[in-house]
Amino acid sequence: MGAQFLFGGVGVVLFVLGLWSFLVHAPLLRKVIALNIMGSGVFHVLIAVAYRGDTAPPDPVPHALVLTGIVVAVSATALALTFGGRLMDMDKDGTDDA
Amino acid sequence: MTKDPGRSGADARNDAAAAARAAERDRDLSLLLAVLLTLIGIALLGIYWLALNEAEGPRLADLALGLVPRTGVDNPVTAVLLNYRAYDTLMELAVLLAALLGIWSLGPAPAGFQRSGRALAAMVSWVVPLLILAAGYMLWVGGYAPGGAFQAGALLGAAGVIVRLAGDPSAGLPGEHAQRALSVLGVLVFALVGLALLWLGDGFLTYPPSLAKWLILLIESAATLAIGVALAAAYVGGRPATAPASTLASGKAGARTEPTGEGN
Repeated sequence: MGAQFLFGGVGVVLFVLGLWSFLVHAPLLRKVIALNIMGSGVFHVLIAVAYRGDTAPPDPVPHALVLTGIVVAVSATALALTFGGRLMDMDKDGTDDA
Repeated sequence: MTKDPGRSGADARNDAAAAARAAERDRDLSLLLAVLLTLIGIALLGIYWLALNEAEGPRLADLALGLVPRTGVDNPVTAVLLNYRAYDTLMELAVLLAALLGIWSLGPAPAGFQRSGRALAAMVSWVVPLLILAAGYMLWVGGYAPGGAFQAGALLGAAGVIVRLAGDPSAGLPGEHAQRALSVLGVLVFALVGLALLWLGDGFLTYPPSLAKWLILLIESAATLAIGVALAAAYVGGRPATAPASTLASGKAGARTEPTGEGN
């Protein structure tokens, strides 16, 4: 129970830290990283929740959700980074033209 | 605002004061946010603690674990992903494909990096085949132990990332048409299997237990290729170059066409 609470509790802390960073910092890259940290916190909680004692096997449903979530997070991050890169290129072009 | 020279000193002072006020406001705001979020965090931790100490309610785990022998695989996580919640996994592959299409629609890929030195190239030529081998193992082992299409696809994607970091602008991926075909392969095979089962009268993605293992293996193989290609192509970060002309158009240094074939 102690280890389970610690693992999930770290997830809650990561989520809150990520949310704070997401709200406070303006640069897009930092926001993307903050979103990923929030996601890691959620994964931590889901994995901790799957634990059902040392004798029973862990609940496979939250584990599958985490696996799904990782792939969605990676693809969303890739898309966000590409958007950010294009935005930066556009800013550079704008100042070059002016 | 007209910028006349006589007033620029005062303007600068005003700007500095305004900037200082804005910075102070930002600091106050972030402090307020920190306090609020700490409270939210404490509340979440309390809820989590209560949920852990609550008497064990009914969970899906027993149902999920109990039916594993009928799913065609022995690994309960694979059973959840490819059998019980196969819809989710299909949609997830669709999300990956949508993200890749979004990246491709934003324009051509930026130029590759400079070619690797001899030591890095030698390491890459060892590591990439090993990654591909490990991906095949991961795919097969997913039937009875932790592993499966996503882990295997991630290894393939990592191989693509390494190849691109070592200087191949296309990350070892095949040409544009093959990339397009491979990236839709996962969704296509998944949906075709589902529709075939529907046509046979079993219901969409309801596998008959005798065939379940092979259908899952078929879907996972296609999904592995699609995930690997999608991750590597997402790392490339743009539409694959069709003709040398478009490479020239995006044309900074280091974009050179070279024979692909590594990584496949």
